[in-house]
Amino acid sequence: MTVPSAHQRKCDLSFTINGMQKTVRVYPMERLLDVLRHELNLTGAKEGCGEGECGSCSALMNGEVVNSCLIPALQASGAEITTIEGLAGESQLSPLQAAFLECGGAQCGICTPGMILSARHLLNKNPSPTTDDIREGLSGNLCRCTGYAQIVEAVAQAARRRSRE
Amino acid sequence: MAVRFRVAKQSMTEEHIIGKSVPRKEGRDKVTGAARYIDDMTLPGMLYGATVRSQIPRGIIKKISFDPQFDWSEFVIVTAKDIPGKNCIALIGDDQPCLADGKVNHPEEPILLLAHADPHLLRKAVDAVSIEYDALPAIFTMEESEQLSQIIWGSDNTFKSFLISKGDVDSVWSKADYIVEGEYTTGAQEQLYIENNGVIAAFDPEQGITVWGSLQCPYYVHKALMALCALKEDKVRVVQMETGGAFGGKEDYPSIIAGHAALLAMKSRLPVKIIYDRTEDMTATTKRHPSRTRHRTAVNKDGKILGGEIDFTIDGGAYATLSSVVLSRGTIHAGGPYYWPNIRIRGKAVATNMPPHGAFRGFGAPQSLFAMERHMDRIAQTVGLSPIEVRRRNFLHPGQTTTTEQTIREEIDLGKLLDRALGLSDYCAKKKRFAQENQTASIKKGIGLATFLHGAGFTGSGERYLASVVGAEGCADGTVRILVSSTEFGQGTNTVLCQIAAEALNLPYDDVHIAQPDTNQVPNSGPTVASRTAMVVGNLVRSAALGIKQTLIADGTLSDKYSPEEFRAACKNHIAKHGKLLSIARYDPPPGVFWDDEKYRGEAYATFAWAVYVAEVAVDLSTYIATVKDFVALQEVGRVLHPILAKGQIIGGVAQGIGFALYEKVVWQNGRMQNGQMTNYIMPTSADLPEIRVFFEELGNVHGAYGAKGIGELPMDGPAPAIVNAIEDALGARFDSIPLLPEDIFETLSADGVR
Repeated sequence: MTVPSAHQRKCDLSFTINGMQKTVRVYPMERLLDVLRHELNLTGAKEGCGEGECGSCSALMNGEVVNSCLIPALQASGAEITTIEGLAGESQLSPLQAAFLECGGAQCGICTPGMILSARHLLNKNPSPTTDDIREGLSGNLCRCTGYAQIVEAVAQAARRRSRE
Repeated sequence: MAVRFRVAKQSMTEEHIIGKSVPRKEGRDKVTGAARYIDDMTLPGMLYGATVRSQIPRGIIKKISFDPQFDWSEFVIVTAKDIPGKNCIALIGDDQPCLADGKVNHPEEPILLLAHADPHLLRKAVDAVSIEYDALPAIFTMEESEQLSQIIWGSDNTFKSFLISKGDVDSVWSKADYIVEGEYTTGAQEQLYIENNGVIAAFDPEQGITVWGSLQCPYYVHKALMALCALKEDKVRVVQMETGGAFGGKEDYPSIIAGHAALLAMKSRLPVKIIYDRTEDMTATTKRHPSRTRHRTAVNKDGKILGGEIDFTIDGGAYATLSSVVLSRGTIHAGGPYYWPNIRIRGKAVATNMPPHGAFRGFGAPQSLFAMERHMDRIAQTVGLSPIEVRRRNFLHPGQTTTTEQTIREEIDLGKLLDRALGLSDYCAKKKRFAQENQTASIKKGIGLATFLHGAGFTGSGERYLASVVGAEGCADGTVRILVSSTEFGQGTNTVLCQIAAEALNLPYDDVHIAQPDTNQVPNSGPTVASRTAMVVGNLVRSAALGIKQTLIADGTLSDKYSPEEFRAACKNHIAKHGKLLSIARYDPPPGVFWDDEKYRGEAYATFAWAVYVAEVAVDLSTYIATVKDFVALQEVGRVLHPILAKGQIIGGVAQGIGFALYEKVVWQNGRMQNGQMTNYIMPTSADLPEIRVFFEELGNVHGAYGAKGIGELPMDGPAPAIVNAIEDALGARFDSIPLLPEDIFETLSADGVR
């Protein structure tokens, strides 16, 4: 947790979050993760380690997957950010979410939002990944429950469905 | 027309839900990020709590001072003197203080609590409390503890010891063709759930204390809070939030953090949230017990075990916590799935000045089975048999007795299970091929196996003492709700228990749901541990569900054969008329089951799951990195209730077992973990793991719901020995300690002169 010091002043931060323009008052060096969770109530991003190792705070920023625990708020100024809350439609799951549900890709669920966002990033860059591509692409997201196999399967299934659509 | 319709409807609902991979009950919330974990919850006026901990392993607290730069009047400060009840964490014994009072016995022991509305300021305040000690000499190894150089617990540093004795061991040594000896050790392992420990406590003088948290066992926390806060049963309420992994790590520790938050809430009269960061969670909370196992076995020239002695010792850390029960399971499993005509097993849990070790998936069995399965390979080498043949000649058969003289009554055929695993893994062909290729290759390959068992449910008379209670209730909308304190933390409790009730009532899966575990709402169905949920609690859920049906039939509102619509209507009617429809089931011990707690003899478990795991490894002699290339996990776990969940349990357990064997090393210095970060305590990533191929045999089980046995812990037991056996096969060098990191392999090979 970055501790805002007394001489820091809050400032306006504007960005696009899940397709919506937002402006929030933040400390410049506050973590993007805390801004998402505390200012915007987007609690799907989780803190697992606070040092960019576990990936459970993953978000998409300008199309790249980032550890939101390592991003100072100000760096997100003007950025386009997607969190897990921005993936599903009103009543319908995204193909990746549906595949995670179907294949057993979520167990305790704490890594799941970050894992799905990393998978989304992977499929955006590489629509038909091999198993090795998926394993490599998700290796920045730790999961202690699944041993990853059913996650890999879910991503492969979502990729197959997307290519058929 | 009406008749045809009825038939069609019935055949639709008579489709079995057991054995089908229905969607996880809370799955949708998990994939959308809507699931609510403890850190996602906030209460009005809430403060944040933090813990000031011991910096030394052992000593007398001389003075606590507060940096005058801070305005301490803004902080809530709690010490041992503020505890309204007994200063202990009530569990099995009550030796562990909630807050150190005058002395500390391990690094990171909680001494003082702080709360403040600003979490940033709170962190600085923790560092602004300084504690002066008179340090006392501390001990950090099992050997130091046994030598009694310092007495740090009781009269002899021993939390618990067990003796299992069968036949006449002393008579076997003279008859033996070979006496095979070995010593095997395993290290501490961090559970490393991705969600750290966390709770929120709120206090109201009328209602008492309420705690919401990430936890496995609501009633353990309930019991601990009653003693600590001196509150009556109905003045303590514990609610489990969605829990982001546990693996045993949230079995006993939540009682401590809940106690801390409760004390701060009682003093401040405000809700208090405590969430550990990763380093605090790793350095201060429990881990798998380090172990040392010594084997001495008498074997005849055919490779048959005549008898033996096993000494199994675990390091419990500074307080007793769960060590006695971890020791019990480890001791009972120490003989593996083999027939021992004569055996003496001594189990001992000793004290050191380390943070207490605790529950972690497998609960002692992965430690003693690592030793047993390494030792079987040692016996094979000594006698000149293959690892396959020596196991085959010693397997337990139906009608024979285990080390506790429990007769195997189920028709398990371990030879057949072994044959199937050998076929699936192509063991024999690979072993031959690797031996040839290894003569010239710089990447050495090997294949190894482990055969093992895991007892389901509480040990011995445990289930009898627990006397679990389960409820099922009809709801006003005609659906059925399950009431249990059994918790979901990824393994699939919600889903499987709903499947069982739906199957019992012949209802669609969506017509059954499960209550959030809340001690104000659900009866005590026991802790969610020991691979007992599907088998023991599942069976009670089935009985409770059937009770609802019987009530409605007795009412005359439901006939024997009914459609879901008819059930819903009858249920609604009953509630409209009587107000509620509740059915309760209590655990009834099966007849003829005998267990002697004194002699440690009898039916240790209602049933066992059985398994054969085969690991293929490659060791690169330029980096000394060992990699698992293929993994076959074949097991008999009774009836598989949900294939995807069951497979997920096995793969996840094997992954943790691979970490236990090859990656996860806790670096200790003066009793404190030095690598309490995910950056330097390494668990497997998706890129590190092989394909883990999972296969089931399904014998069924008369004690479990629809034939289920326990499944959760089994897959933790086999991977480490199978992998290390494979590494020995690859390198021709002995490795008897895990974790086995590249530097350890390098050292052993250098010492052996094998390069």
